[in-house]
Amino acid sequence: MSLLETKPLTGRVEEVGGPVFLEDYEAGGGYVAAKKAVTQMTPSEVIDEVKDSNLRGRGGAGFPTGTKWGFVPPGPSPDGGVKYLVCNGDEMEPGTFKDRWLISNNPHSLIEGMVIGAYAIGATKAYVFLRGEYFEPKSKLAKAIDEAKAAGYLGEGVFGSDFDLDFRIHSSGGRYICGEETALLNALEGKRAQPRNKPPFPPASGAWGRPTIVNNVETYCNVPSIIQNGADWFRDLGLTEDAGTKIYGVSGRVNNPGLWELPIGTTIREIIDEYAGGMQDGFRLRGLLPGGASTDFLVEEHFDLAMDYGTIQAAGSRMGTGTMILMDDSICPVDMSRNLQHFFAQESCGFCTPCREGLPWVESLLLDIEEGRGQPGDLEILDQNAQYIGAPGNTFCLHATGAIEPLQSALKYFRDDFERHIVEGRCPYRTNGNA
Amino acid sequence: MATFTVDGKQYEVEAGTNLLQAILSQSLDLPYFCWHPAMGSVGACRQCAVIQYQDAEDERGRLTMACMTDVQDGMIVSVEAAHAKDFRASVIEWLMENHPHDCPVCEEGGECHLQDMTVMTGHSVRRYRDKKRTWENQDLGPFIGHEMNRCITCYRCVRFYQDYAGGKDLGAFGSRSRMFFGRVEDGVLESEFAGNLVEVCPTGVFTDKPFSQHYTRKWDLQSAASVCPGCSVGCNTFASERYGVLKRLHNRYHNDLNKYFICDRGRFGSHFVNSQQRVRHAAVKANDGVFEYGDVNAALDRAVEILKHEDVVGIGSPRASMEANYALRQLVGEENFCRGLSDSERIVTDQACSILMKGGFKVPTVTEVEAADVVVVIGEDISNTAPRIALAIRQATRNVSFEMAESANIPLWQDAGVRGHAQHQRNALYVATSNSTRLDDIAEATVNALSDGITQIASQIAGQISGESHENTFVTSVAEALLAAERPLLVTGTSLRDPNVLNATAAIAWALRAKEKEPAMLIAGSEVNTFNTVVTCEGLTLNSALTRIADGASAVILENDLYRRAQSDSVDRALEGDGEVVALDVVESETLVKANVVLPAASYAEQTGTFVNYETRAQRFYQVFQPQDDIQPAWRWLSKIASRLGRTDASWTTVDEVSRSALAALPGIDASLEELAPTKDFRIEGEHRVARQTHRYSGRTAMNADVSVHEPKAPVDDETPYSYSMEGQNPGDQSGSVIPYSWTPGWNSNQSIFKFQAEVSGDLLGQSGGKRLFAVPSEPDAEVDKEFDFSVTQPTRPAADGLVPFPIHDVFGSDELSAQSWPVAQRAKGPYVLIHPDDAAVLSASAGSGVRSDALVGSFEVVIDDCVQSGSVGIAVGLNGRVEIPDRTIALVVDPDFEPRQLGDARVIAKS
Repeated sequence: MSLLETKPLTGRVEEVGGPVFLEDYEAGGGYVAAKKAVTQMTPSEVIDEVKDSNLRGRGGAGFPTGTKWGFVPPGPSPDGGVKYLVCNGDEMEPGTFKDRWLISNNPHSLIEGMVIGAYAIGATKAYVFLRGEYFEPKSKLAKAIDEAKAAGYLGEGVFGSDFDLDFRIHSSGGRYICGEETALLNALEGKRAQPRNKPPFPPASGAWGRPTIVNNVETYCNVPSIIQNGADWFRDLGLTEDAGTKIYGVSGRVNNPGLWELPIGTTIREIIDEYAGGMQDGFRLRGLLPGGASTDFLVEEHFDLAMDYGTIQAAGSRMGTGTMILMDDSICPVDMSRNLQHFFAQESCGFCTPCREGLPWVESLLLDIEEGRGQPGDLEILDQNAQYIGAPGNTFCLHATGAIEPLQSALKYFRDDFERHIVEGRCPYRTNGNA
Repeated sequence: MATFTVDGKQYEVEAGTNLLQAILSQSLDLPYFCWHPAMGSVGACRQCAVIQYQDAEDERGRLTMACMTDVQDGMIVSVEAAHAKDFRASVIEWLMENHPHDCPVCEEGGECHLQDMTVMTGHSVRRYRDKKRTWENQDLGPFIGHEMNRCITCYRCVRFYQDYAGGKDLGAFGSRSRMFFGRVEDGVLESEFAGNLVEVCPTGVFTDKPFSQHYTRKWDLQSAASVCPGCSVGCNTFASERYGVLKRLHNRYHNDLNKYFICDRGRFGSHFVNSQQRVRHAAVKANDGVFEYGDVNAALDRAVEILKHEDVVGIGSPRASMEANYALRQLVGEENFCRGLSDSERIVTDQACSILMKGGFKVPTVTEVEAADVVVVIGEDISNTAPRIALAIRQATRNVSFEMAESANIPLWQDAGVRGHAQHQRNALYVATSNSTRLDDIAEATVNALSDGITQIASQIAGQISGESHENTFVTSVAEALLAAERPLLVTGTSLRDPNVLNATAAIAWALRAKEKEPAMLIAGSEVNTFNTVVTCEGLTLNSALTRIADGASAVILENDLYRRAQSDSVDRALEGDGEVVALDVVESETLVKANVVLPAASYAEQTGTFVNYETRAQRFYQVFQPQDDIQPAWRWLSKIASRLGRTDASWTTVDEVSRSALAALPGIDASLEELAPTKDFRIEGEHRVARQTHRYSGRTAMNADVSVHEPKAPVDDETPYSYSMEGQNPGDQSGSVIPYSWTPGWNSNQSIFKFQAEVSGDLLGQSGGKRLFAVPSEPDAEVDKEFDFSVTQPTRPAADGLVPFPIHDVFGSDELSAQSWPVAQRAKGPYVLIHPDDAAVLSASAGSGVRSDALVGSFEVVIDDCVQSGSVGIAVGLNGRVEIPDRTIALVVDPDFEPRQLGDARVIAKS
């Protein structure tokens, strides 16, 4: 099989040896799928193909993409209003940098996937909501958009059909919460980046109150090859129940941190040992966050598990973005938890009480414990907060739930460390007061 | 209907009702913060968590936010489940991390919803060890105090200010645990509804600034049900006093009128009661022109002497009670009684009443205004003349958002979802006025013209509806929208003093009726009791009354500054002529100082009486506290004079008696006093009075110890169902007209009002008060002249030296009494005129510079308004003590010495 058939997301970049723009992209079969979808398929055929492929959202939640698209009322809106297709390129999850790579190196695959998605749901306006700091990806994407417009793949009459697609980039003002799809939509509308209650779900009432689909960059990038090669091919790519490839990433004290497109379901140990080059000398892997900062710790007993949605969930965590953060034995779990909670408390949008007021309390307790001011009972307060903040539904959105996942699992797997901090009145990982 | 179970007890509500609302409607206790009965749910505070069970077998259940849940048939929930209680205590613990522990010295203490909810959840031990966050506060102007450290980030303030009231200058800033609610920079909150923040804020972030200065607790206030005297809407209020000072007003829920909100003229406009301008003593003008006071009997004797004159004229007042006006009319006789309206106002108000009573149109309650689906405002700057109506119109434009939400399966109580889904879709609102208005931002279209032009536009709309064909797109789109409407509403008023505006609006309504529509028509009157004076009798015109006084007739002038009603020269002639004058008033005025006898009249807070609002709803207001010094209700002064004259037909001993006589004398109206409100003999359960004081009233304090260390005996109230003490009750199910304050055990704040309602936002348990004097006929009265002459004298650009004047009203300052309330006086602009930029250029006047005219009293600040017709000038009435404007073009010249008045200027009336 060609690289394009085993690595639909990154294969062409590997072949070209750098960022792929229109000429190279088309030479590798680019825009064939979009043209096929727009000129030869009905929207419902496109949605059915994506449903059949079992493509699941690559932003972290893993919701079936075709099913989501199917929620949008088909055909033109009775009131003549527009529908929107939005790409979530906010990528602010700590440890995650796969979307940046995709946009920078293979921007046309994103555009093509979005053209197909827009056609499928009948959207005439598409936005790529891009993380504010992504200057370089933005310039690459902008260049690709210009190329696609000039080629007639965007704008009025896409591929000479009567399908129009207005395609724009929106650079975020920069908040983690903008990665939450409804907060993203509020930010896109120029409002405070606070999540919205669901229902209404975006496919019914999203951007500017119109039917809207929001998907992750990697999700869209998968779509062209599904249309081109068929759902069966895509399903067969996966090693387990899940379909397709996944961009996995590893950060931490490994020999070769980075990103790799691998069949979904590759085991954690294989990713770390085969691709990330194993741990650096002198460091032992104690635990890892499998899919970004907002996922539960996995420990030794989990390292042979397959990285897919169901397996990782069964182990008590989430595959999330599929980009792991590794904690080796030199890192203090309390300090790492404090660092994570600092991030999440800072990135709370400030809307609901448990997240806004609970996370700073958690952070402050962790700081006390880390710096030797912990008191008996503090762990119970942490447990209680973790339980009340973390339970889905207790907070308005899932920000705090995600924030609590690493803490709750740290309290479970590394409880001895927490207790030692309090009993000894110091951080045992620090020598001479330094970490 | 849906049956749902709360902690083992079954209740029935409409399926789809919000669960929190349903639980509160059963009068159960469930803490909440971010939900508001008028603003729905957003799910921010997470305080109202309950356990929801899947079925009877489910023992564990799932924590759910009641405010974000629909009641479904068969639903089982628990408020009392341990997990729910623990979680709710946790939410309070989070909120209290940063909340100051200063309840004992916080002005909100004792009526703080946060304090109540903290006690209710049982949170009492502080475990959070970190420092509390602190903020710098802002100066938000004379009305609203700002103390951000107390904020619990419930978002209610911005939801009310921006979303509900359309304000632009208060926002949510920052993020995470550092959310700031305020303005971009220090400055006066612009919205005329800002005062509601005091009641909307669940704690003490936004406070009533004038009230804060008194260091008084809610439980130490002596209160009674009252009616706002600020405009013709008659919003219901709780008026509260201590130590002889009216301390504050709060909203008193009325199901058909103000519901949860009042405007700032009402809330902050009552401090005239405590003003240094108050008339406190009866006085007689001696031969040297100096008033002598101290002898009430001498004043009464002199008044009687004056009234023995063969020709006596009585001039009533649209701001005086029904009782006072009636007592004067009885005293002087109908043929000698003038209602006290200016002649131009009299004509337009008579026409308004004639249309209301005979036109056959529905006269909408405020609640019905909110339900309208197309609103057309014609010739009335309603945001300034009757602000509560404007707030209701703003809500009416949201009805389509609820329809859209319904078809998108978004629960109607899910505020952010409903608003987000509808975006900028609104019900059509059309505004035709002479100047820009604060409803323009939500209007489908606006048009600006002088009253002639507005009349023409309105008559064209009527014609278009009847089948004519006009080219003006405003005319055609209004006609089209009205014909498509299910609940069309026409809003107009008397402020332009042009009966043709009303006639043309009525013509639209009749044209709609001919098309099988049922239009509602609202006509805003100019003052609180304007419509009462109309239904009383026809009476003398003001100019004929003034002429008679100038010719030597004696006069009784009731609560009326005639300089606001007629041109100065004719008032001067009357008051400086041979006729002797007895004047009764609440505050000093130019008229009063020219009287021969002055009698100090009780303010509305110091007496019981009746006002008749724009719907002709007669509403009772009760004495909050007994007047001091020589002050007495005007009707009582007049009764005393009558009795000294041997006139038993014009003399009464209690207010109920005069009220009954006044109602009986209303021509063609069958209304008993009992239908308006409970009378003096009303007792709860047959024996208890309604207590003006709370049962936590502090009783004796050292405040008056310099006078006497003995606690004074509580006065006996012979005139109302209230007591002047803690003795009595306030059970909540008595008539809504005699609820003195809102309080129930555990609910010390105004949030307790739901315990007084049959269901949340439903009618009060004892029903909202008042009675409409006129039943609107279902068909137009045969006598009504429906053929008006709308021939228009086109406003032509006058000669270079002349501008056509028209009146504009300002919510702060145009109303006579509220303008003398010190917070309003500070908030009000100085006298100003609105002119078109072209005219400003011709005059070489810039915004903020000053102009004057020989035809006007004083200088005026120039305010540029693109919407004002070139060649005309809007004159803000009342701000210079004058309301009537010249009926001819006027020449403006720049006043080089003009200094615009600044906020808090020393020239404003000194605070009491």
